[in-house]
Amino acid sequence: MTTLINKFISLEQGSSLLLELKRLLMTRLQAIVLPTVGVACFLIIWSLAANAIDTSLGKFPGPKAVGTQIVNLYQEHVAEREKEAAFYQRQEVRNAKRLAKDPSYQPKIRAYTGKETFIDQIGTSLVTVLSGFIVAAIIAIPLGIAVGLSKALNTAINPIIQIFKPVSPLAWLPLVTMVVSAVYVSPEPLLAKSFVNSMITVTLCCIWPMVINTSVGVAAINQDWVNVSRVLRLPSLVHVQKIVLPASIPAIFTGMRLSLGIAWMVLIAAEMLAQNPGLGKFVWDEFQNGSSQSLSRIMTAVFVIGFIGFLLDRGMLQLQRILSWDKDSAKR
Amino acid sequence: MDLLLDISKIDMVFPTPKGDFTALKEVDLKIHKGEFISLIGHSGCGKSTVLNVVAGLYQATKGGVLLNNKYVTEPGPERAVVFQNHSLLPWLTAYQNVELAVKQVFKKTMNSREMKEWIEHNLKLVHMDHAIHKRPDEISGGMKQRVGIARALAMQPEVLLMDEPFGALDALTRAHMQDSLMEIQEELNNTVIMITHDVDEAVLLSDRIVMMTNGPAATVGEILDVNLPRPRDRISLAQDAEYNRLRSAVLTFLYEKQRKVETISSREKVASSSTQKVDVA
Repeated sequence: MTTLINKFISLEQGSSLLLELKRLLMTRLQAIVLPTVGVACFLIIWSLAANAIDTSLGKFPGPKAVGTQIVNLYQEHVAEREKEAAFYQRQEVRNAKRLAKDPSYQPKIRAYTGKETFIDQIGTSLVTVLSGFIVAAIIAIPLGIAVGLSKALNTAINPIIQIFKPVSPLAWLPLVTMVVSAVYVSPEPLLAKSFVNSMITVTLCCIWPMVINTSVGVAAINQDWVNVSRVLRLPSLVHVQKIVLPASIPAIFTGMRLSLGIAWMVLIAAEMLAQNPGLGKFVWDEFQNGSSQSLSRIMTAVFVIGFIGFLLDRGMLQLQRILSWDKDSAKR
Repeated sequence: MDLLLDISKIDMVFPTPKGDFTALKEVDLKIHKGEFISLIGHSGCGKSTVLNVVAGLYQATKGGVLLNNKYVTEPGPERAVVFQNHSLLPWLTAYQNVELAVKQVFKKTMNSREMKEWIEHNLKLVHMDHAIHKRPDEISGGMKQRVGIARALAMQPEVLLMDEPFGALDALTRAHMQDSLMEIQEELNNTVIMITHDVDEAVLLSDRIVMMTNGPAATVGEILDVNLPRPRDRISLAQDAEYNRLRSAVLTFLYEKQRKVETISSREKVASSSTQKVDVA
């Protein structure tokens, strides 16, 4: 009788284990299958629609055209790099020859001035967006903390923030360009003017969401924690460092993720408008170029821009996971 | 016994949009060194307000608080507070939470090794030495409150102020915490003011029970001396005649006060007290 019961129990357990396994497999499958189905549907609709659209530059690029362009753009980049290496090597050989003839000769190396490739432009845009973002963070986070701590400062500054916040940074672009060319004069500029223009534009659009989120986070800090600080008589600086800053980290990160997302969108537009180097310029140049490949190259750029924007957001999220104590707010 | 804390005829008036609201009226209480005082009363009667005035988090409108004959004007670590919601900093471990207090209070008198020992000693006192490096979200509610008590004790306060320290805990954990607190009290003989709404807790822990009348304009109603011998044991006390007499005395006071609200105060008073409870709590 007992053996029978045991058998029954083991059977029961076995079947429940099997059920558990099945459920696990189902959730795993869902996580893989559903996105795949989604992407597949998108590709089908896209290629059907692309086939149906005729433009003056040929058919609208479908998935296949974009795939070809990815390879093309990469090969162009490699070719350009080879050209550059060859260019420098020619110079070295020439300099060595001249030095052998005339030992007093001062060898010169001239910089390569070839066209920037797609991959170079990606690098430029990334560097620009990150530097603009970091400059904004350096200004906005202390300002946000000050505004959050002081009601008077908040009342004083709030109207300015509210008015500048909805302004598209692109409206600032002409002003920024003129001011930079007037103020930033040096015979050997460390940073290119175009880079400074784009960077300031990015900074201008990053500052407002960061200031607002930081100040809201600081103002909403748990009163109990403030009381702990008061009972301990923490000096103001220690209070900010030990209580206010850690407490508002989740809100600060919300502001940073928000502004980085906006910054990436704005930067591409600014680069198109101002012809500053970067992905935006690549898109505009291809559009002006108007070859049969242009549209597919632009379409490729669109995907790359989206993918990089996604990676930037994930990067911020990862950073938040490492730095923030509030693991719940860093889940999504 | 020497007088440690003199709460001298304090009035507390909160300005509200509807006019001034008097939360406390002439609250007067003298506390000696080493005494354990419970403040008991219905919710909204201003118990927390009294505690906050003593802590220095509020300034009394009239009257004042003297600690060792010195006028209390601001919060300070010599009047450490254990808050109802533990109020541990969630980004710090238990050790770091206590460390923040110790570093601030003893920065001139202790070196880093002494500090470490002192922090560990206090966490051991509340039986939290096994979870020193856990964050608040990794430990239970009772454990959080233990760390909160350790943090307050580590400041070596002259008065320990506890605002319903066990109010948010379940009954079993609460009993456990009360035993722990009695054990610590036996060792350190601190001066404690504890707010509670639990009659058994008040009788079990206190030397005196201060019963407050209902607000608005709440004040000290009666003071009950608890002369039960220590150490006290909750199980044997349950049969004790004196314990039950004290318990029923507190219950009678609270029960009568409860009736008073219904019979004496006019309709408008009830309405005003219910709207203004928010300010007091």
